[in-house]
Amino acid sequence: MRKKSDIAQNSFGGRGDRIASYLIFAFSVAGVLLMAFILLFLAGNGLPVLKEVSIKDILFAFDWYPVEDPPALGMLPLIAGTVSATLLSSVMALPVAFLLAVFTAEIAPRRMRSGIKVLLELLGFIPSIVIGFLGMMVLAPWMQGALNIATGLNLLTTSILLGFLIIPLVASLSEEALSSVPYELRDASYALGATRWETIFKVVVPYALPGISSAALLGIMRALGETMIVLMVAGGAAIVPRSFFDPVRPLTSTIAAEMGETPVGSTHYHALFFAGLILLLITIAINLASYAIEKRGVRQ
Amino acid sequence: MRKSVLVLLAVTMLVWVSGAFGGQIVMDGSTTVLPFGQAAAERFMNENNGVKFSVSGTGTGNGFKSLADGSAQIANASRFIKESEIKACMDKKVYPVPFAVALDCIVPIVHPSNPVKNLTKAQLKDIYSGKLTNWKEVGGADAPIVVVGRDTSSGTYGTWQEMIMDAGEKTRVTQRAQVTSSSGAMMTAVSQNKNAIGYEGMGYVGDSVKALSVEGVAASSAGARNGKYPLARYLYMFTNGWPEGELLAFMNFMLGREGQKIVNSTGFVSLQDVK
Repeated sequence: MRKKSDIAQNSFGGRGDRIASYLIFAFSVAGVLLMAFILLFLAGNGLPVLKEVSIKDILFAFDWYPVEDPPALGMLPLIAGTVSATLLSSVMALPVAFLLAVFTAEIAPRRMRSGIKVLLELLGFIPSIVIGFLGMMVLAPWMQGALNIATGLNLLTTSILLGFLIIPLVASLSEEALSSVPYELRDASYALGATRWETIFKVVVPYALPGISSAALLGIMRALGETMIVLMVAGGAAIVPRSFFDPVRPLTSTIAAEMGETPVGSTHYHALFFAGLILLLITIAINLASYAIEKRGVRQ
Repeated sequence: MRKSVLVLLAVTMLVWVSGAFGGQIVMDGSTTVLPFGQAAAERFMNENNGVKFSVSGTGTGNGFKSLADGSAQIANASRFIKESEIKACMDKKVYPVPFAVALDCIVPIVHPSNPVKNLTKAQLKDIYSGKLTNWKEVGGADAPIVVVGRDTSSGTYGTWQEMIMDAGEKTRVTQRAQVTSSSGAMMTAVSQNKNAIGYEGMGYVGDSVKALSVEGVAASSAGARNGKYPLARYLYMFTNGWPEGELLAFMNFMLGREGQKIVNSTGFVSLQDVK
């Protein structure tokens, strides 16, 4: 009997394989080129703003009045809005999603498991504009009345709704990572006399950790890039939030709200592309950080 | 023989194409006028084959510049032309002729449960600049004022800035103001929050909010037309000299029943009652 690896090696280099490999190569190069093009496009349209305003006045100034003459383009409140909403929603949603995944994969009875999985996937399909709409019409007025605060359109409401958006995504991906842990490991752990609790948290979860952390990362990115929800419920005030009940104005909603009516080629137009560039840089930074953490984890 | 037919065809095509381009009417200027200017131009194009419009909104000042250098035939304006702009036009042998085409009437709105009925322009300015932060300071309940504004790029924002914030000393809208990105979002934000105050073009204000009177005058089409309501102004289209041909036809369309209906449907006030 031939082993699997033999088959792969011997039939490698045939004409069919060559064509397939060229095809795959061509598609992946096209994908990379497209990414490079997007990056170049963003940089090409965003960087000209630096001719008019210094980088210090963009990143560290508090005033966002883009249509004044001369425009005030301080993006610090916008960046603070993006970071605070992403952070707060992640802090609230990721533990819930993790526990939900552990429960679904390890604790729930088999029939309930498939029910929860279907439910999670259905929840994941809800368009963000529907979540935003519910937030605007139901959650925000209720919060305002219940907590007796000035406005329901604020950082906390936004973060809760962003949490709703990312919980299904993170939970179902983490659940998949947990269920793909081989049963032999669990059996071995039980055979050594470990309890169910010890097996789950000392064997299964550490084994699935790379999958869980990449699921969490995807969730954070989703919250970071979400536009519709923040446009509808964040309140849109360009301030650095001092409390959970302050309205915020993240970068994404700023771009979405202002791009439509901005004259092409104006300083404001370039500033909005620059905001997009900042978003991209934040995403890359998070990715690199997680890569570094993962590498350190492997070395230990 | 066949070649010559082709050449003939090509020449007629060229003449036709250049003729079509020659018939293009360029409209530029105020972003406030843009919504109904564009809608009217589109309707006019549909009804009159062969007329081509190119519409853009770069601001009133830029519209006059385009009119002066001949790159636009119609300059939209949210204010009357300034003397310096008339001079710039005359220097290039362009004679700006104004047509008032619509009224822009902005109404401050609050939640229906709010007891406040009337505010002065000065109070509105103080509320929007963040000086007044509690409703009891303007005769309401003891509750914080939640200021709701529009996006800086919206025409309504520009009108509010000019008529309220820049009256007297130029002032910024407070950063704590919530920002909504459309008339619909503004109406929802105010109708869902009992502490909110917002503003909207008169045509968009519905029953879900309460319209405030300004300086004791309630907003109405009649009040805007006879000049009694303080937050109303004329919007203009300027042409080079008295319009002729297609341009004249368009101005007649704009000022006629159909054009004025479009004005109403985009949230502005028509010059006369059109039903």
